[in-house]
Amino acid sequence: MQRIRKSLKKVRRRLRRTRIHTTGVLVSDDGANEGSPELRSDGGTITEERRETEQSIFQNEFVQSIPFWLPPFLLMGFFVYGAIGWNLIISLTDFASLTLPTYDPTTFDLEMYRQAWNDPNFWNAAQNTFVLLIVFTALCLVVGLALAILIDRGIRFENAFRTIYLLPMSLSFVVTAKVWAWMYNFESGMINVTLRQFSLGFFSYHWISNPTTKLAAVIFALIWQFSGYAMVVYLAGLRAIPDSHFEAARVDGASTWRMYRRVIVPQLRSSTMGAAVVLMVFALKAFDFLYVMFGTNPGPAADILATMMFREAFASNQWAYGSAIAIVLFAMALTVVGPYLYSEYKRGEL
Amino acid sequence: MKSKKGRVALYCVLFALVAFYLAPLESAIMTAFKTSSAFNETLPFAPPGLDGFTLDAWRVATTKLSHGILNSLLLAIPATILSATLGSLAAYGVTNVEWKYQMPIIALFVAGIFIPYQAVLVPLSRLFAIVDTQSLLAPLWGLPLMRAHYANIINLIIAHTAYGIPITFLLFRSYYRNLSEEMLEAARLDGASVFSIYRNIVLPLSKPMFAVTLIYQFTQVWNDLLFALVILPGGAGAGEPVTVALTNLSGGIIQSFGLQMAGAFVAAVPTLIVYIAFGEQFAKGVAN
Repeated sequence: MQRIRKSLKKVRRRLRRTRIHTTGVLVSDDGANEGSPELRSDGGTITEERRETEQSIFQNEFVQSIPFWLPPFLLMGFFVYGAIGWNLIISLTDFASLTLPTYDPTTFDLEMYRQAWNDPNFWNAAQNTFVLLIVFTALCLVVGLALAILIDRGIRFENAFRTIYLLPMSLSFVVTAKVWAWMYNFESGMINVTLRQFSLGFFSYHWISNPTTKLAAVIFALIWQFSGYAMVVYLAGLRAIPDSHFEAARVDGASTWRMYRRVIVPQLRSSTMGAAVVLMVFALKAFDFLYVMFGTNPGPAADILATMMFREAFASNQWAYGSAIAIVLFAMALTVVGPYLYSEYKRGEL
Repeated sequence: MKSKKGRVALYCVLFALVAFYLAPLESAIMTAFKTSSAFNETLPFAPPGLDGFTLDAWRVATTKLSHGILNSLLLAIPATILSATLGSLAAYGVTNVEWKYQMPIIALFVAGIFIPYQAVLVPLSRLFAIVDTQSLLAPLWGLPLMRAHYANIINLIIAHTAYGIPITFLLFRSYYRNLSEEMLEAARLDGASVFSIYRNIVLPLSKPMFAVTLIYQFTQVWNDLLFALVILPGGAGAGEPVTVALTNLSGGIIQSFGLQMAGAFVAAVPTLIVYIAFGEQFAKGVAN
């Protein structure tokens, strides 16, 4: 629907331009303005101007738009793209001190990337990053979809439920990491105490100090924090599906489960894609969470590229090595985000 | 699910989920109110009871975090307003003004949202190590109410503004695309300049989106830890935002958990207020 409206708009605009161009008579697109005396009296001059400078109006608008977007663009561009460029250059050097890198052709090479390739810590961190991204994102989407479907059943106090499920997202990683460190505490944390209370003490566990459960515990806490986000996105997606689709499925005698699986979920594809990309960005930012819980070194079980990068660059002053890891992380993000942005562009949603 | 039984089951599930989402916070709050003896004697999620009730942890946390809260306010408010304003201007300049080749510019703006910040950390820390804001702005620190450690806050404001622009840009762009094209076109035909269209038509219409953007950006900047860790010089206690102060918060061994939890809530108060007061807009900003 939106696409149709957009293309219609485009056609109209083009039509208007050509009409003005060829006849020199101003024709407004819906005719609503034609009766306006103001337009008629000035119409002549505007039209003439338009006809003469069809091309330069274009450029003129461009010139006039520059003060709006260029300063923010330069500020953002300098800090985002300029910094990434600088980071890339640093990653090609041996920069490991507090001074500025000086260009030295003998050490300007891929040495740091080779070092990463041969570093078991790097592969371990890359693997953990991958697991975190996939498992966290997938589970968050499933939980979020379930929450959205539950809430979208015409229940009472819908707002209150939604507000509560989304609440953890408003909190800082620092806050949630502190709270979950307490939840997972072996001696007196809520999880273990509750388990013991129900005589399930043998299940109590060193959740965040034991390598087996460390990453899972982190992912669980992150799902607690962000599943509300997926719920909100899915809820918006569900509300955008016309009621007639639900009705049609019901008339066909489809069971609720079948209706969601066959009719509704496939229509939520764009919600899923959008939410997945943003959740992955959150997962990459989980550095804050890990840093508060474990400091600069979470240990092999929960070390991700983000924590490894920070450790190498800021705790060990291996700037160049840290930068190289950062570039790998950047490339990983690009392989997810690039196609997403391209598809958004194709759909005319960018 | 139309049946009564199904309805009851549905509400049971919903309330169980409420318990799941609130339990960590509830347990944290209970802990923050407990004396050390109550901490040992009661269950983590149980209230302390009258003789085990104390406000000590809250008092200590507030004292230890007050400078951080002030810094975070001084940082988050200007950074939020600046990035929202710049995002609105940029979105208008490429959405409601027609010119060729705007797509690459838009793509660069939007892609900025998805950059993993690790890719800019080293340059960022180097930049603020080289550009010494503190000495550059030396005359300022002599003025009343000014403190030398505000230089760190200025650095953070610049960084948060720059990195906030992509998301505010996207929020405003999706809003400006749905403005009535007819109305803008009419203004254009009346000879309104690009600037006066923004000033007289688009900006007044942007109020609801400004609300969403400001709320979203405020929580983002308030909750940030990474930039503060990287941009602040090591051990810069005076200029640290509340997230850094909370990370380093420590007390005696006994009071530790109570203090940590009280601190977590003290640090979370502003975003919780924003969330409770503007929950609907927060959800809207998040969903975009």
